[in-house]
Amino acid sequence: MSVVKRHALTVYALLAVAYLMLPIAVVILFSFNDPAGRFNYVWQEFTFANWSEWDAVLGLRDAVLTSLLIGLLATVVATALGTLIALAIVRHDFHGRGTANVLVFLPMSTPEIVLGASLLTLFLNMTSVFQLGFWTIFIAHVMFVVSFVVVTVKARLIGFDRHLEEAAMDLGADEWTTFRKVTLPLLAPAMLAAALLGFALSIDDFVITYFVAGSEQTFPVFVWGIARVAVPPQVNVVASAIFLLAICLALANVLWQYRAAKRERGSPATSGV
Amino acid sequence: MGSFLHRHPRLTPYLLLAPGVFWLALFFLVPLGFLAYQSLQSGIFPAYEFTWEFSNFTDALSDYREQLVRSFLYAGIATVACLVLAYPLVYWIAFRAGPWRNLFLLFIVAPFFVTYLIRTLAWLNILADEGPVVGALRGLHLLDEDGRLLATTFAVVAGITYNFFPFMALPLYVSLEQIDARLLEAAKDLYASPTQAFLRVTLPLSAPGIVAGTLLTFIPAAGDFINAALLGTPRQQMIGNVIQAKFLESLDYPTAASLSFILMAAILVALLVYARIVGSEKLTG
Repeated sequence: MSVVKRHALTVYALLAVAYLMLPIAVVILFSFNDPAGRFNYVWQEFTFANWSEWDAVLGLRDAVLTSLLIGLLATVVATALGTLIALAIVRHDFHGRGTANVLVFLPMSTPEIVLGASLLTLFLNMTSVFQLGFWTIFIAHVMFVVSFVVVTVKARLIGFDRHLEEAAMDLGADEWTTFRKVTLPLLAPAMLAAALLGFALSIDDFVITYFVAGSEQTFPVFVWGIARVAVPPQVNVVASAIFLLAICLALANVLWQYRAAKRERGSPATSGV
Repeated sequence: MGSFLHRHPRLTPYLLLAPGVFWLALFFLVPLGFLAYQSLQSGIFPAYEFTWEFSNFTDALSDYREQLVRSFLYAGIATVACLVLAYPLVYWIAFRAGPWRNLFLLFIVAPFFVTYLIRTLAWLNILADEGPVVGALRGLHLLDEDGRLLATTFAVVAGITYNFFPFMALPLYVSLEQIDARLLEAAKDLYASPTQAFLRVTLPLSAPGIVAGTLLTFIPAAGDFINAALLGTPRQQMIGNVIQAKFLESLDYPTAASLSFILMAAILVALLVYARIVGSEKLTG
């Protein structure tokens, strides 16, 4: 009995993880299915054909490329804008700082459907400036990624040693040089983390994109359209590929952190304390 | 540029803020203004006119009260389900997983790496009428011979629960992970039973995580329309489905805009009520 009691939590944890992994396993499994009809619901036969001919479905390749391109552009712009906001909020005490904090926080706490709907009303009321399509999606993605970048970079900036920058200034570097040679390299890991998060958010977004896309299709918008008819296994292929890529990046990160922690423990500076 | 900033150091933060704040103002605040403007218009597409049409709000509220109530009910149930499902798992990761912690955290975020729509569609496969789950439940007579899981309230709520699970689990983990193990040892030394130690030490200390997780789960869940659209029927429609259909299919912008504001206002009220409950519990506890 006590054995059961002691291990009940572990068993539960493993079951919960199985529950979380189940749909992912299904997505990957059905990317190898050879469906009998149009519907890819029932397991028929194993095949590699969906992977080797992943772009056999009309429109899929373009949608994936659009998603990647928007993800890249929006991430670069949002990372730049968000990092600057984080620098201002953490480094400077100024009038309006609280307001800036609220402005950054608000988009994250607004339901996506409201963000999408309000952007669409803006674009529809100003059709002379904005035509729904690639650039309106880009605008929307930058808007909702910026807040996440600010939060990520802020967390890093708060525990940041300012002495290094002061030292650079003491050695005669001007502000711009100090920023370029000291601040930016130190911030790079946080910016990279923020950029990866932003890219993931952008690639995955459906709700906001769907509102402002017009006739342009990103991968999620394409999936939504085709889900009303029948989802071809190639969609599972693309989803599986994105998943495996992300998992590899995440695993590499976990490993890297693990090794960094180990090195830190082993280094004389800390073990001597 | 450097010398300019030297002469006006106070301008630096504003210059840093300017581009990002400009973007957020133009594409977050201004659109909300346009949404408000649209919500008070009347007429027939495409000739809507601004007429201070406040009846849009009362009409929308009476026509779609059912969907609104359902959204909050589903989001509420899913949030509680997430909390109950996530807490033991995250507790185990924080206190028992040892060197496997990061790996198990990765398991929690892994669903995010599969496109939202696709992981919802995967539940179509799992819950399908001819699938293994329905087959097993029918075999055990837990489900009628022609009973279904798809196109039911259960499927929609289960979909929402699955999709927002990490939003609950991650903040919970952060708060549990920060608990000082010595506090639990102290409780044990003072003859607290494991249950008492959990109820009097662990649970209260994880309260910030519960609050954050609840907010992060409830807000997006209340506005969701994907689970109801893919796993449910019109009888499971949520307010998000109505907003989406009004905006993009029937092009009834004023109603859609007023419904968006009603959704935001309702979420705000729910948050205030929640804050009251959480606050008063802290006072009495």
